[in-house]
Amino acid sequence: MTTPAPPPPSSAPPSFDPGAEAGRATDAILHDTLHGTHRGVVVDSPPGAGKSTLVVRAARELAAAGRPLMVVAQTNAQVDDLVLRLAEKDPELPVGRLHSSDADPYDKALDALPNVRKSAKAADLAGLDVVVSTAAKWGHVKDVEPWGHAIVDEAYQMRSDALLAVAGLFERALFVGDPGQLDPFAIAEADQWAGLAYDPSASAVTTLLAHNPTLPQHRLPVSWRLPASAAPLVSDAFYPYTPFRSGTGHEDRSLRFAVPSDGSGPDRVIDEAAVSGWGLLELPARHTPRTDPEAVRAVAHVVRRLLDRGGAATSERSPEPAPLTADRIAVGTAHRDQAAAVRGALAALGVVDVTVDTANRLQGREYDVTVVLHPLSGRPDATAFHLETGRLCVLASRHRHACIVVCRAGVESLLDDHPSMDPVRLGVTVKFPDGWEANHAVFARLREHRVPLVAP
Amino acid sequence: MTLIDNLARLEAAASGRARPRATVRHRHLSERPLVLVPLVTAGEAGAPLGALIGTERTSPRLLTVAQPRDRDLRFAFLSQLAEVLLPYVESFADDVEAAERTETDPETGKRVKVETELCADAPQLIVPSRAGVEFVRLLGRSMRFRRTAEQDPDAPYPAPPRVPLLGRWLTHYGERSRVPGSALLLAMTDLLSRHWATGQSSLEEQHLGALLAWIEAPEGTSGEAAALRAELARDADGQLLCPPAGPATDPAFDNDLLAPAIERHDRARSALAAAADGVEADALLASLAAAEREIDALVASRTRPTWDAVWRGLDALCTLPEAPHAVDRWRGDRWSFTGHRDRVAAGEPPQPRVDDAVTAANKLATREREQARLEAQEALDDPLVMAGRRLAGEAFAGVVTDVVMTYSEGRSPRPRPLVTVRTADRPHLDPGVKVYRSLEGKAQSAQFVTYDVEDEGEGEDGRDGGDGGDGGDGRDGAAGRGAGDGGGSLVVLRVLDKMGRGKEPDAGSVPEAGDRLCWTLFEHEQRGGPKLPDPEDTPWTHGGPPQSATTPSGAPAPGESPDPVTAEDVL
Repeated sequence: MTTPAPPPPSSAPPSFDPGAEAGRATDAILHDTLHGTHRGVVVDSPPGAGKSTLVVRAARELAAAGRPLMVVAQTNAQVDDLVLRLAEKDPELPVGRLHSSDADPYDKALDALPNVRKSAKAADLAGLDVVVSTAAKWGHVKDVEPWGHAIVDEAYQMRSDALLAVAGLFERALFVGDPGQLDPFAIAEADQWAGLAYDPSASAVTTLLAHNPTLPQHRLPVSWRLPASAAPLVSDAFYPYTPFRSGTGHEDRSLRFAVPSDGSGPDRVIDEAAVSGWGLLELPARHTPRTDPEAVRAVAHVVRRLLDRGGAATSERSPEPAPLTADRIAVGTAHRDQAAAVRGALAALGVVDVTVDTANRLQGREYDVTVVLHPLSGRPDATAFHLETGRLCVLASRHRHACIVVCRAGVESLLDDHPSMDPVRLGVTVKFPDGWEANHAVFARLREHRVPLVAP
Repeated sequence: MTLIDNLARLEAAASGRARPRATVRHRHLSERPLVLVPLVTAGEAGAPLGALIGTERTSPRLLTVAQPRDRDLRFAFLSQLAEVLLPYVESFADDVEAAERTETDPETGKRVKVETELCADAPQLIVPSRAGVEFVRLLGRSMRFRRTAEQDPDAPYPAPPRVPLLGRWLTHYGERSRVPGSALLLAMTDLLSRHWATGQSSLEEQHLGALLAWIEAPEGTSGEAAALRAELARDADGQLLCPPAGPATDPAFDNDLLAPAIERHDRARSALAAAADGVEADALLASLAAAEREIDALVASRTRPTWDAVWRGLDALCTLPEAPHAVDRWRGDRWSFTGHRDRVAAGEPPQPRVDDAVTAANKLATREREQARLEAQEALDDPLVMAGRRLAGEAFAGVVTDVVMTYSEGRSPRPRPLVTVRTADRPHLDPGVKVYRSLEGKAQSAQFVTYDVEDEGEGEDGRDGGDGGDGGDGRDGAAGRGAGDGGGSLVVLRVLDKMGRGKEPDAGSVPEAGDRLCWTLFEHEQRGGPKLPDPEDTPWTHGGPPQSATTPSGAPAPGESPDPVTAEDVL
């Protein structure tokens, strides 16, 4: 069970051995999964805590123990990624990839793997050690012998009704996910079920735990992705009762640029972020359309300068500094039209191969440096969408080295003008922290790394 | 709120008159709708004060509750409501047509077609505002578990005979109204604001009088001023000139007119009860009748303007031709009505207080599917709605400039013509994204290949199946779009289907140069979701089978027992 614990100190004490801590947590999870008496095990994983590694390891151990396993992921990309990771770790493992009957239903890279069988029919994959597919596809599987075990990946992004459709396929399951990321949502009215344990629009884990409160709950205590500069903030702001630490210390990672700053706003914020891990490029306060041209240009300019200045990232992964290339940079936005506008601006500056996407699509991905267009930048109001905790959490936790936020001034007073006022419903567990609180916490930190963008 | 809706609102605000949001009527309207204008009493949840109800514009029936706190009078009101509503509902039950329905054969487990009947038309209930829909739901909930003397001779306060049945129908209507695009129970304010944009906020549009003022404003006059008058203007006695559409009433009316009238009624009643002899009672009966008539007149004076407004709203809506797909959706409503008719006839118990896990999930799946279907159908039916989707990058229209015949690889090559479309729209296209066009009512799909300029749109595969998004994520091809060709961009598509079985495509199935086409990035028809388990097979993750589903016979248990009386219930 997760119990409230005091927040961790900002830097880990010397006695804290992240590898050993994470190893202990993983061992306990695997023990409960392989030898426990409960039908379910829940694992909360903060950003970059080795969730995928855990899933692959659990899958291999279950397979080695002779337990037929089905794996439920949420998107086709996640399924393909899992299959590739499984094959990389254990090329001999017979894996089934259950896919849809659409054209081009899976990553072509799977065709090169000799022990991966692909089919649109579950019956064709019977007998394989591990069968992987999306929740949507599993929901259509009928009249098969139930699997002894399942792993449900990204369970916090799975809706309760999707779990209802697949739960009959397995006896026991390991549920893995990140409670801090975006909650699932419904496009139709679902208010009438709010507060019911099986509210179909709630997350799968919420329903599971409401009905099975005694299930063992574990969490992974160490984020290997987030640097020492980011883990305390993300932990405090988004996981106040389930803190985690970074697996690396301040001295393990560094980001340096060969070309010195030209003194402009973008260069100064890059330098600030290289040193401190955070940077806030602040534009003058103004109400703007969603695709604020100035902010979009500023984002593109920061990316251009990141590439031009010959960045090199040193980390525990390699002794030599690795060049900061376009594929190690991502831009995150709240809306897809903003992403489109940023892509356009980047193309105009000749930048290609930098990932630009919305928070929803950046979930689960990792980069060295991220540039974020703040969801509240230039807005006259703060809606529930823009305040959603998970959205900010995703945007602020994709980086291994530094995160640069581009924003109009005045977000704090905007927040103060729009306190969160979601209706309180009977029976609904209030989620902490709320987006308002989390936004304030993040902004309080970002303010310390503010660089104003002065008009050229 | 889409860009084009914002534009319509801005134009409305600037001109002072409503602007159209649709060129066709997107909801089916019955030829004989039942209009219900209810009023409630302040201070007690769901205590009806009265209603105007009927199918004839000129002769509504007025129902009032002279003392809304009197449960006997309330039952009398509900009984009268049932007298009007149930015959109307039942008048549609017997006119049926033959239809087919796919069912799962219990023996073979296969999907088979079953001959069944479908009501040719369905009763349609129209209330003034969304609060009226809520009130219908509340009335239904308050009535459907009541027991009549016939059902339960020991019930201390038996309900009048047809009241529980009315509660079941109102519950069904209230529940159906949550399905997007359904038309069994409609709020006039929703109907009007679907078809016209005004310069008001969506909250203000719940005022039927104000909304109509914007829409009905003649050329050269200000609907905005008329709406302000409808909302705020009061007579010399401080009463609103246009009473609110309800069900809540204006406090000034409650305090100054209604409360004194109810008090006079109460006094007359207690005097009658205390009457010494028949002669005195006769006189007092007359004064009670006078007090009742006074309340009737008050209720009529507050509901009649709304009644007229609802019918004027129907007039306005009927100036628009019905959208082709609205008929399809109405067929769904007819199925819904027929299904409930059958459940009532089969003697099934009333709808449960809360849905079980499987029912809730099924309902949500239906609503989401209908929502997506509604959005697609409205766009296909209405160029103005499609324009909004095009502005949002979810569709594009253009002229075919070139068609090159190509074939798929494999043993039996299939036609896969490459069609180039010149469009001034800016759709969010990635390589491999599927687009659809309507071909004789069916959706023909094509795959985006490239922009026909020197550089291609950069992007990744767009195959994420269960991916959610902030209102639909997607990528935009703006980065790869050739800049500088002022006439828009050239989109190359590969047509994938609906070309017949042969090597050569069927005549008319492939676009030709010069055709003007509209392609959408959204699908025209919705796929069914996964089949959920039966309630008695609810898995352990969702609490296992519900109690009522585990009775040995498989029949649902009768209604739940009432909550126990606690100390807090008696003050």
